[in-house]
Amino acid sequence: MSATRCAIVGIGQTHHKAKRSDVSIAGLVREAAARALADAELDWKDIDAVVIGKAPDMFEGVMMPELYLADALGAAGKPILRVHTAGSVGGSTAIVAAQTVISGVHRRVLTVAFEKQSESDAMWALSPRIPFQPQLTAGAGGYFAPLVRAYIHRAGAPAEVGMMVAVKDRVNALKNPYAHLRIKGIDLAMVRDSPMLWDPIRYLETCPSSDGACAMVLTDEDGAKASPRPPAWVHGLATRSEPVMFAGRNQVDPQAGRDCAREVYAQARIGDPRQDIDLAELYVPFSWFEPMWLENLGFAAAGQGWKLTESGATALGGSLPINPSGGVLSSNPIGASGMLRFAEAAMQVRDQAGEHQVDGARRALGHAYGGGSQFFAMWIVGRERP
Amino acid sequence: MSRAGHRHRDVAIISFAQLPPVARDAARDEAELVQPVVNQALAEAGLTRKDIGFTVSGSCDYLIGRPFSFVSALDGVAPWPPIAESHVEMDGAWALYEAWVRLQQGDVDTALVYAYGKSSLGDLPAILTTQLDPYYLAPLGIDGISLAALQARALLDSGRASERDLAAVAAARRGGDAAALLGAAYTVAPLRAHDCPTVADGACAVVLAAGDVARRSARKAWIRGIDHRVEPHQLGSRDLTCSPSTTTAAEHAGVASLGAIDVAELHAPFSHQELILRDALGLGASVSINPSGGALVANAMMVAGLARIGSAAARIHDGTARTAVAHATSGPCLQQNLVCALAAEVSP
Repeated sequence: MSATRCAIVGIGQTHHKAKRSDVSIAGLVREAAARALADAELDWKDIDAVVIGKAPDMFEGVMMPELYLADALGAAGKPILRVHTAGSVGGSTAIVAAQTVISGVHRRVLTVAFEKQSESDAMWALSPRIPFQPQLTAGAGGYFAPLVRAYIHRAGAPAEVGMMVAVKDRVNALKNPYAHLRIKGIDLAMVRDSPMLWDPIRYLETCPSSDGACAMVLTDEDGAKASPRPPAWVHGLATRSEPVMFAGRNQVDPQAGRDCAREVYAQARIGDPRQDIDLAELYVPFSWFEPMWLENLGFAAAGQGWKLTESGATALGGSLPINPSGGVLSSNPIGASGMLRFAEAAMQVRDQAGEHQVDGARRALGHAYGGGSQFFAMWIVGRERP
Repeated sequence: MSRAGHRHRDVAIISFAQLPPVARDAARDEAELVQPVVNQALAEAGLTRKDIGFTVSGSCDYLIGRPFSFVSALDGVAPWPPIAESHVEMDGAWALYEAWVRLQQGDVDTALVYAYGKSSLGDLPAILTTQLDPYYLAPLGIDGISLAALQARALLDSGRASERDLAAVAAARRGGDAAALLGAAYTVAPLRAHDCPTVADGACAVVLAAGDVARRSARKAWIRGIDHRVEPHQLGSRDLTCSPSTTTAAEHAGVASLGAIDVAELHAPFSHQELILRDALGLGASVSINPSGGALVANAMMVAGLARIGSAAARIHDGTARTAVAHATSGPCLQQNLVCALAAEVSP
């Protein structure tokens, strides 16, 4: 047994859109995978195994689609694993893939996450009728709006903060050629005037429903040495999950998120995340989750996260840029959204993010969450070998 | 494919628990399927939830007919304080593989693996149609039993097996007389009812341990190797009469290094698939095949593969076997296969 370091040497994503009617499901995942392989200057035959993730199969109406996608991903004759951990799945999938490298089982792994939401109605698929539970007929927004209200009430946050996040992420998205929502002239007035969907969440404070995929090539130390471009190194990775039905949960500031952050910071030897992390790609599907996660992740004290956002620190030119890619608010192929956070963090420390590059980014946090704020996946990536 | 000269950390299965598979377990929801097997597996391992370093499960939303079924199931583990956890939308055998990989890192010594499936809520053969390529295969409407019948027909046409051989497998697993079984009507020719799995609702759990926890454990079935492979999905791209992915997985799992194999637990939901798998693994007449009865008599979807590994380990735990091979499958016509080599002794 000999644990090795894991590095990201290839990153690819699709152009995200409401409907990618130009490609099949297989074409969508292959587009991202081929870009990741091209970035790594590797071929399909160089890959030892594939780890694929997506959110519920009901989104496309294909049960266990990795069986059908094995052909398109060059997996025939190789191992393929399929991960599903709700909204956190893109992050969890990257973590499972990284663990096959760290454990010494594989040398070069292709990891892919996708969602082609135009194949179905995600609102329907996110509104299941579960026996003995009240049915949520309002999708994810219906579930999370009460948590946002609770946050605003507890923190005494001004209403503008959510709108500021909505504007900031869409301004960032204008610098990201892959982003789904590219809203020219986006400003606070436009957000304020957009329809209220789930009070206090307005239309423009909500993530879109996207078709898209993301892929990465992960490798060991030898593979990183052979990489044609600078690798991003995995400094820490962790998952945490907590129950559904448990009265002791704090869904506004979940214990699983706090524990996951503590674990990943310890692995990466991060004492003060505010000082030691240069930027973060956080899973923010509704604008208010930015200040909520800033607190949950220890970037701000409880009740103080909104002040960090309000100060402008989380903007692209700020001291702690959050979601320079435009985030989930700008592109949301649900199963891929977590991996996009992980991949964008890696792109930043590889100095590969183009117009939305954060100057001097050396260490970045990728974050994903899922379920009813109960599944968390995080990694810290860095420019230097840990 | 793994790093040259790399030696795996020794990991043992130290307990296995399963619900008695029943055709329809209407009363239990996901958490109620999972809770009893998790509790029993932990108790038999002499561990509590707080002793577990990693938890991972396998299940499928399409069986329950709603998204995020595994989220509800997690409550059966009572994950508070929060736990390090993952889930595969696959048979639990692949969850066990993920746990084995996780234990290779060396920072945790224990893992809990569970799987559940409740097929009684829908029409399983029809649901399995949705598992096919949505553009070229699913629109044809072919169901799970008809796909298996295509494979059985290909095997019969190859001359390597007869309907009598299929009946002999069914008789061996179910009891009864092979010749008499041949008098039954076809379900989908050339398969008769006894050639097709008895579909069940069920759940099972396995505890894995490494390091000191494994050494202290009363019962150990050491994982000498584990590997899995997938084949092309398009049936026309494959020779359905053999299972090369099983053979490749067995090579990488080190089945050959076990020496004489006492027991093989094969995840063969259809009788002809057992014949294909025995060939793929090169199992001779001396090997006791599916002493548990196998997936032909109790096919709890998403559970049956993990239950094969658990059942094989149980034979090593009770001393009736020194070596065992366990196999799990997924996808139409044995598309994806996992092989786990188990032994009473740790690797030399």
